[in-house]
Amino acid sequence: MSLLEFCQWLAATPASIALRESHYLYLAILATHVLTLGVFLGTALIVDLRLLGLMMRSVPVSEFLSRLLPWTVGGFVVMAASGSLMFFATPVDKYPNLFFRAKLLLLVFAGITVWLFNRTVRLRIDEWDRDPVPPAAVRATGGLSLVFWIGILVAGRMIPYQQYWF
Amino acid sequence: MSLLEVFHALESLPLLVAMRGSPWIFPVIATLHLIGLAIIGGAVLVVDLRLLGLGLTRQPVAQLARSAEPLLLTGIAVMLLTGPWLFMCFATKYYYLTPFWIKLASLVLVLVFTFTVRRRFLLGSAAAHRQRVPLAVTSMSLWLCVAVGGRLIGFP
Repeated sequence: MSLLEFCQWLAATPASIALRESHYLYLAILATHVLTLGVFLGTALIVDLRLLGLMMRSVPVSEFLSRLLPWTVGGFVVMAASGSLMFFATPVDKYPNLFFRAKLLLLVFAGITVWLFNRTVRLRIDEWDRDPVPPAAVRATGGLSLVFWIGILVAGRMIPYQQYWF
Repeated sequence: MSLLEVFHALESLPLLVAMRGSPWIFPVIATLHLIGLAIIGGAVLVVDLRLLGLGLTRQPVAQLARSAEPLLLTGIAVMLLTGPWLFMCFATKYYYLTPFWIKLASLVLVLVFTFTVRRRFLLGSAAAHRQRVPLAVTSMSLWLCVAVGGRLIGFP
């Protein structure tokens, strides 16, 4: 079974058809996806700006990670769930969409950045927790994650405009 | 000249006609508008959550508000620089949409509220503890109205 065949099979399931044709439910999921951006990217932006040493330099980074990051994670869960539902409703449209593919690729990059942060610099956070401007490796993960998340936003927003670009 | 005629005249300006004719200008401005939403979301939430006893609770409210203000102003600037273009592109469509007028009214309210009541409270003495929750709830509800209104007027 190819990926396209899988998408076609998914699109033919009763639940996918129901969601695709339930005009208002689909739009409600889309609205949830877009508005949760304010929570997810909003708080991620603040955490990343602190990792870059550009904001609230007197506050230890660990405080952002323990007190603000849970909101980022919560926002991400809502976005991932609503995003998956939208893919589930229209898999055959999304599959060939280059912006959708770019978004998935960037999601992998963002995931790797978060994983790297957790597996490397975060393990030694005691050494730089109170640095007004954290070490270069920390700033790199903060900056990269910001670039990837904004890239994901741009790619996501462009999904409906694929036919105008290509 | 009625308001509808003004909107129609705006929409018919050669610049706006050209913008509508471009396949990418509107999406690009809409994307910047969305980035503005994320910036405002972060700047508002970090302070309002703190008022509710959540988020960065170890920081004094006034200090947090001062740190978040440049971000808030940046977000609002991005929105005010992009929003009117999105509106002018399809002004007569929005004229008939109730969510558009709700969004506009909430926007005026939240801007006035943010830069008078909320700002004075945040930067003033932290004595009035009892006002924290209503302040945060009002701020977040008004911003939510603006955002939901914005999302609704974009639907086909």
